[in-house]
Amino acid sequence: MTADTVQTFVANAERHHATVHRVARDEVAATVAESVDPPAVGVRLPWDLALPDSVATDPTPSELDAANTGVTAASLAVADYGTVVLESDAAGSESVSLFPERHVAVVRAGDVVPGMREAVGRLGDRLRDGASAVLATGPSATADMGELVIGAHGPREVEVVVVEGGDDE
Amino acid sequence: MSKPDSRAEKAARIAHLLETEGDAVAENTRGFNFARYDATEDLDDYEALKREARAIKEDAIERLPELLDDLRGAVEYRGGHLYVAEDAADANAYVSEVVDGANVVKSKSMTTEELELNEALEADGAHVTETDLGEWVLQLADEAPSHIVGPAIHKSREGIADLFAETFDLGDDERPETAEELTRFARERLLAEIREADVGVTGANFLTADSGSMALVTSEGNARKTVVVPDTHVAVAGVEKVVPTVEDLAPFVELIGRSGTGQDVTSYVSLFTPPTPSPPVDFDDADTPMAEPGTAAGDGASEPHPDREFHLVLVDNGRLAMREDEDLKETLYCIRCGACSNSCGNFQSVGGHAFGGETYSGGIATGWEAGVEGLDTAAEFNDLCTGCTRCVPACPVEIDIPWINTVVRDRVNRGADPGTFDPLVEGLTPDDEPAGLDPAKRLFGNFETLARLGSATAPLSNWGATLGPVRAAMDRWLGVARERELPAFERETLVDWFESRGGPRVSEGMARREAVLYPDVYTNHVAVDRGRAAVRTLEALGVRVTVPASAAVGSGRAPLSQGMIETARGKAERCVDALLPAVDAGRDVVVIEPSDLAAFDREYDRLVRDDDAERLAANSYEVLEYVFGLLENGADPGGLTAGDGEAVAYHAHCQQRTLGLEGHTVAVLDRLGYDVTTSETECCGMAGSFGYKSEYYALSMDVGEPLVEQFGDAGRVLASGTSCGEQLDALLGEPAEHPVEAVAPE
Ligand code: SF4
Repeated sequence: MTADTVQTFVANAERHHATVHRVARDEVAATVAESVDPPAVGVRLPWDLALPDSVATDPTPSELDAANTGVTAASLAVADYGTVVLESDAAGSESVSLFPERHVAVVRAGDVVPGMREAVGRLGDRLRDGASAVLATGPSATADMGELVIGAHGPREVEVVVVEGGDDE
Repeated sequence: MSKPDSRAEKAARIAHLLETEGDAVAENTRGFNFARYDATEDLDDYEALKREARAIKEDAIERLPELLDDLRGAVEYRGGHLYVAEDAADANAYVSEVVDGANVVKSKSMTTEELELNEALEADGAHVTETDLGEWVLQLADEAPSHIVGPAIHKSREGIADLFAETFDLGDDERPETAEELTRFARERLLAEIREADVGVTGANFLTADSGSMALVTSEGNARKTVVVPDTHVAVAGVEKVVPTVEDLAPFVELIGRSGTGQDVTSYVSLFTPPTPSPPVDFDDADTPMAEPGTAAGDGASEPHPDREFHLVLVDNGRLAMREDEDLKETLYCIRCGACSNSCGNFQSVGGHAFGGETYSGGIATGWEAGVEGLDTAAEFNDLCTGCTRCVPACPVEIDIPWINTVVRDRVNRGADPGTFDPLVEGLTPDDEPAGLDPAKRLFGNFETLARLGSATAPLSNWGATLGPVRAAMDRWLGVARERELPAFERETLVDWFESRGGPRVSEGMARREAVLYPDVYTNHVAVDRGRAAVRTLEALGVRVTVPASAAVGSGRAPLSQGMIETARGKAERCVDALLPAVDAGRDVVVIEPSDLAAFDREYDRLVRDDDAERLAANSYEVLEYVFGLLENGADPGGLTAGDGEAVAYHAHCQQRTLGLEGHTVAVLDRLGYDVTTSETECCGMAGSFGYKSEYYALSMDVGEPLVEQFGDAGRVLASGTSCGEQLDALLGEPAEHPVEAVAPE
């Protein structure tokens, strides 16, 4: 993906109140470590990337409940909207990305697509194959209590770690 | 007999809603609406996206039976269950059986409101908690939603704080006050409910037939928790929610948030293919890892979790019959974004509790209620649509909402009890409408006849109409608001004036173009000045104008707004017969009253032969649009009245804005040196006869309030529509002029 697309993603994610870090593969663990507010739970990352020790994998419901941060992978990102695509899986990525007050999503730069149409296009076969995914843009929010409040049932803070310089580029 | 009592009751109810909920509703809906303008502006091709969305829904509804089969196949292949419920009782019985008295958490769903599912489940011993914050507030307050997207927008922050304090018996020090504190409080309480839940119930914004997936659009994240925590998920949706493929979701993802609340996208668009692979979050077994230890992101991402159970309940409840009803069918394209409510002047003032039928609210509610509840329910609030059309460009699936309202109004008229027939107005005109038609509708629908009588007897008619007893009788029998000034008919009509001055003044040889000025009923009988100004303006720009007596017939717009479709059809046919020969002779048709132009443009294809409608619409122009075109093509503006920097405030007619014609007037005024401010409100609140009706007078004035705020000290005010002018007169205490009067030669 071009640097421009990633740049657009960063700008739009920030517009939606997310913080974005662009890092090389070998900086991922350190960046995640700095981004978490402990206690943190997480889901093991694919792509041969490790999580820092401060993030507990295989969480129990109690750990999930007590965690301030959840760390997951994102399979895609959408530049025009600053959206990350969070797939549901047997590891519980859906819950880990949703319950804690802070969500840290790790996505590869090569998986940033320009627009919604490309994202939905890529999801077509995945969904027909049985997958589930959430297009998540910024933190959760509500306007039901008389004015806009960031953080409702989902996270109040979203950080995205974009991994650059892998085989995927 | 008319129904003075119910009219008074209605007026009182509206006054109460204006008083108690008006401010909160106005702030929220107008906020959403302005945000929608901003959010759709930065879409590259908004109109193309809407067309695409519409085409997908048209195709989906056309192929609905086949798509339902495909969807069933996809859901059952994954081990889920699909049930098509005939009606509310059927759907509720099915869900009750699945729930079996357990703890239920629910994510907001209008369809379950329609079914009154909560009541049914509770009657069966279940404990049901709404998890959408707004919906939860209403559940605690035991109230109905007032808006399909923001169900509790009519509630103030203080009101919610009081409600929480009272419901949970909170002491002063525990009482949440700020929006932040209230949200936190709700989140914690609801999380406790979600932890205990056995079954999660959601709606579905869209269902994809190819994959058996559902799209759930939320900002709070409550739908996600509702799906992921309990092991059993029941989704309830109308059968119309199916689209063919996942890829078809793309335009809707881009349109739905923008249309509804003006967000470019909502925080979460969940695309679940249930039963999902996510392990349920079992708080009864809180210390066992949720997943098989060692599982990584992406593992098992296509396999349903073995402990999960999924039921999709698709509700017919009248929808399949709507599919067979040519006029109501479009309602099924609705994606429930709420844009029609937010763009509606009346809704902005009183919200869904005034519009409400049983469930749905705002512009499209008439279609839904007529389809799922029946005409009686739809009739209760169908009147609130003034036909201003501002919802038309707002609707992401291009539904002609005013037409649905007109059709339902017509059906309501026809269904009226013949015993309510009032001889007082019978003589006004013979028409094809049923005898039981509401007398007020008959009066406004037959304004043409009234105007003829009025001009013939002016100024006596005007004097008579202002007499107390006459007004009192009009109020009592016809529902004409006493506060409203009545139009004053001119003795010399525009047609008479044009003939008496000797016809056209520009010779055929010298003419830049030839045009027929359409002498609409109001211009011809009441606002003759603006007609004369239009003639002088066009002549100053080298147009050979004629004002044929034969064309002095109503367009059908007035009866149409009363739901008198057959009467309108007759008038439309007459109008086409009068104007098309001129078109065939190469003349343009210039229209002063925007609502008449809108009828030619938007409604005639439903009333007269398609090619006639097309020819007339293609050759008709709003008067300042025409002036704009003449100036663009080199006509010399020298003979017109220049502005010399004079400040003017301009309010475009709502239908003119819908047709995209506001800009032409502004451009002409600019070009002539006026310093123009345009109004920001969607509609002045008058829209034809609406503000004349006693039960709506107060509402109409409230809708016009933003105009007072903006134009209160504006000095010279211009308005292009008749009704807008009258409304501005009532609001500002000074009549507005038509823009053509400002630019016409001295
Ligand atoms: S009718 Fe159109 S604007 Fe109104 S809610 Fe439905 S989709 Fe939205």
